[in-house]
Amino acid sequence: MTLEQIQKKLAEFYKGIAIELIEGVKHPVTQAQTGDSCLVVPADKIKDICKTLKTIEQFSFDCLSNLTAVDRKDRFEVVYHLFSYKHRHSLTLKAVLPRDDSAHIETVEGVWSCANWLEREVYDLFGIKFDNHSDLRRIMLPDDWIGHPLRKDYKEEEDYHGISTTRPPLLS
Amino acid sequence: MLTLKNKLPASVITTKVDDLLNWGRASSLWYMLFGLACCGIEMMQTGGPRADLDRFGSVPRASPRQSDLMIVAGTLTYKMALRTKVLYDQMPEPKYVISMGSCANCGGLFQPAYSVVKGVDKIIPVDVYVPGCPPRPEALTEGLLKIQQKMRREKFLVSKDGKKDSLVA
Amino acid sequence: MELNTEEMLLNMGPQHPSTHGVIRFVVKTDGEVMSAAVPDIGYLHRSIEKIAEKATYNGFMPWTDRVDYLAAMNCNVAYAMAVEKIAGIEISRRAEYLRVIAMELNRIISHLLAVGSLGMDIGAYTPFVHALREREKANDLIEELCGQRLTYNYARIGGVIYDMTPNWDAKVLAFLEQFEPLLNEFDRLLTDAKILKKRLGGVGVVTAEEAINYNLVGPNLRGSGVKWDLRKDMPYSVYPELDFEVPVGTGEAGVLGDCFDRYNVRMKEMRESVKILRQCFERIPAGEYQVKVPKKIRPPAGDVYVRTESTRGDLGVYLVSDGSDKACRVKFRCGSFNAMSIVEKISRGMMVADLIAFIASLDIVAPEIDR
Repeated sequence: MTLEQIQKKLAEFYKGIAIELIEGVKHPVTQAQTGDSCLVVPADKIKDICKTLKTIEQFSFDCLSNLTAVDRKDRFEVVYHLFSYKHRHSLTLKAVLPRDDSAHIETVEGVWSCANWLEREVYDLFGIKFDNHSDLRRIMLPDDWIGHPLRKDYKEEEDYHGISTTRPPLLS
Repeated sequence: MLTLKNKLPASVITTKVDDLLNWGRASSLWYMLFGLACCGIEMMQTGGPRADLDRFGSVPRASPRQSDLMIVAGTLTYKMALRTKVLYDQMPEPKYVISMGSCANCGGLFQPAYSVVKGVDKIIPVDVYVPGCPPRPEALTEGLLKIQQKMRREKFLVSKDGKKDSLVA
Repeated sequence: MELNTEEMLLNMGPQHPSTHGVIRFVVKTDGEVMSAAVPDIGYLHRSIEKIAEKATYNGFMPWTDRVDYLAAMNCNVAYAMAVEKIAGIEISRRAEYLRVIAMELNRIISHLLAVGSLGMDIGAYTPFVHALREREKANDLIEELCGQRLTYNYARIGGVIYDMTPNWDAKVLAFLEQFEPLLNEFDRLLTDAKILKKRLGGVGVVTAEEAINYNLVGPNLRGSGVKWDLRKDMPYSVYPELDFEVPVGTGEAGVLGDCFDRYNVRMKEMRESVKILRQCFERIPAGEYQVKVPKKIRPPAGDVYVRTESTRGDLGVYLVSDGSDKACRVKFRCGSFNAMSIVEKISRGMMVADLIAFIASLDIVAPEIDR
């Protein structure tokens, strides 16, 4: 199915919900489409939409290929890359969240099991909380780390447990 | 070696026993498998068939209690740093540390990283630094030979008047 | 008389001879039988994705090697493909063939190490040193091509950095001539060994639905019976012109999706890579190996997700550009991360020794998990 068909079919299930199609970026000279197109869905409906996309026969998105987040300085975007082994089509979903410490979104762990660890990683590095997650804690960094490193305004601490974080230059 | 302390007077014979002991220690340096990252693969290749570390008497051991050389091969992160100190403390004396690769020497390629310790010598004392990213097996062998040279200069026995000789001549 | 037993909480790693890098497992076990093995990762988190926001597009290539140092060519090419896609850069056919040759040679040596260390974890020490010996010969060849033995930094945005030296193709073909019969020797040592079949057969069974639900990729997915290979099903580069098979697990040692299937898929993939390499050398055209790209690449602001078939499966690069010469976000989606997440579920009711075999058969490597 093409992206327009997916958008139309989803709109039938979710009347009144704004599902926006954003075209991929075009090359400035040749005008060929070089970036990926995506669908932007409201953040509070993400779990329902993902469940629909997995269970309805025409979609059959049985594989969550990637789940990550992007810090756009004025907002957070949570990006889902879905893929269907049955129909061989892929889809990019985005959900926009406000950029502050209270950013939270529903977990899709019940739909695809691999989302468990992927969401823990997003929580660890960005600070976005996932509601109803079974085990939301840090995964990559030590449990007592301060801050969420992949945010654009992250400042590194002076030391960690007594180990200083800089090295004096050799030529001074 | 310490049991000989009361039996041997401080004489020319002691120096030869020092040589004998140092030769014995240097020819059987057992290193702990501490391959953290890419340098760990080159450490395995150095222990492999072509650049063979076994001909120097070095065999890899899994437990720190059975080894006297720790080759820190790879990037050290803050999460791993506390465990590294625990492992170093578990090794029995006399123990040596080779810091292999740029990441273990000074943070290396990951200087701009927030989660990497900028050099393993912030945590444990290092004897030999082997540069490279990753160092060739020949470079690591040279590092091992330097440790052997260092060991051969050590005076291990205590002299009769109770003064302990310095470890490096 | 009934013995009253309690559960123990054991710690395995992060320094352990068979955890394939620094990974830690907290094992709850009652004697030999585990109730769960919970992985604890992050001991090699080197913040590569944050460095991508500080380095320019061209300059970030050395860090992509360290994402998976055993398949460094694949990571280089995946990142280069992502930047070339969003910037709209077309590379020459000779560069495509050189990249494929490098990637397939890398696949052979990576699988050699995977198979060798699986043998070593089970207790067969000999195949490991045989694998290291073959790796040394291949490392010499790759060193002649790009100057490095492990972290190659070979691909560039717009092509590759060096062309083949004269007679390099004859040397590689000579290596393949003596390597293919050695695979039979590996088969005699490992694949046909009864002990291996008994230790790996029926252990760590991952069904096809579980594999897709947890998003396993690569030989792990094919070992569970799902015939899916990006090189055949969503081909990129010059793979549409090459002829090779995709091996799938058959359940011959026990149950479909057990450790032996995953191991067997890797052994067969090495033979297929030898076939691909021979075809590439016949078909490689003359031409330039690098196209002209601007010194500071400024792709248009947008995002792109590129998937390639690396040795451990589908390596995806999600690249977000904001129009400047540094990336806004780079995410590497690696197969080992998902393979680790399935360990907790499958390990329930397993024995401790089988856990080692299971982890070794998944072929996980620590930097892919933590990046």
